[in-house]
Amino acid sequence: MRVGVVTFPGSLDDRDAQRAVRLAGAEPVALWHGTHDLDGVDAIVLPGGFSYGDYLRCGAIAARSPIMAEVIDAANSGMPVLGICNGFQILVEAHLLPGGLIRNDHGDFIRRDQRLRVESTDSAWTNGFTVGQEITIPLKNGEGGFIADEPTLDRLEGEGLVAFRYLDVNPNGSLRDIAGLRNERGNVVGLMPHPEHAVEPGFGPNTPAAMRSGVDGLTFFTSVLKQSVLN
Amino acid sequence: MSTIVVEVMPKAELLDPAGKAVAGALHRLGHEHISDVRIGKRFELHVDGEVDAELMATVEQLAADMLSNGVIEDVISVHVSGAGVAGETR
Repeated sequence: MRVGVVTFPGSLDDRDAQRAVRLAGAEPVALWHGTHDLDGVDAIVLPGGFSYGDYLRCGAIAARSPIMAEVIDAANSGMPVLGICNGFQILVEAHLLPGGLIRNDHGDFIRRDQRLRVESTDSAWTNGFTVGQEITIPLKNGEGGFIADEPTLDRLEGEGLVAFRYLDVNPNGSLRDIAGLRNERGNVVGLMPHPEHAVEPGFGPNTPAAMRSGVDGLTFFTSVLKQSVLN
Repeated sequence: MSTIVVEVMPKAELLDPAGKAVAGALHRLGHEHISDVRIGKRFELHVDGEVDAELMATVEQLAADMLSNGVIEDVISVHVSGAGVAGETR
């Protein structure tokens, strides 16, 4: 399976995302924002960072970059697309997921190993988890506060589209502790925390077993592999 | 050359942490009478020639679709610079 990772001007975690794809057993493919070429990939990751310096709004300019026309078409045709942090902001600005992301309510950039509860496993990127499973992956953002109007929030909850919720603390003021979403079809997932930073022992969050041994993020990338085998 | 001004503000019901930080600084400087500060954006679009109704309609669409995000922001005004209040289109 070939998983494309799109690099935008200002992307930071594109190489980490490629590495996560490789560690999961798939082939990472570097894609470039300024082209209309998806290079025949089977799935797409929009990585974290600060595309276009967060100018206009986080993810707003990247969401209108040339390759996004193809990404939006592919997503609407059922191709798995994962948006991490800035990638989540891009998905929201591209209207592939609802709501918006605003500056953290406390005003500070935050970096912490964040506990999450898996709320939905009906997606290409979460099918390897179990519902209610608690995972820990790094979170690092300045504008991660998820908002939407009440009817939208109620619909997201009612249709089971909340994929992840923050545990212990709400780190950014996100409404209803929402950390990540999936779309109705389950092929598009976006979240603020960074699964690609918890894929290899020695470089992940601390766990009770050992320092930096957390690899909960790897399941995102093995999930999409499993999805492709099933299809 | 004409200039079309687009003004965008964060929605009133949303917390504006940047504005809150400025209000806090003003209070520390002794300006307690300033009860609140909100920070928005002003875009100045320079165009060749005169502005007609069709161009204004296009810019109003751009203001709604790209220059603002309706989930978190409101477009407050789209107007030709120097036209005054009477020239404002909303």
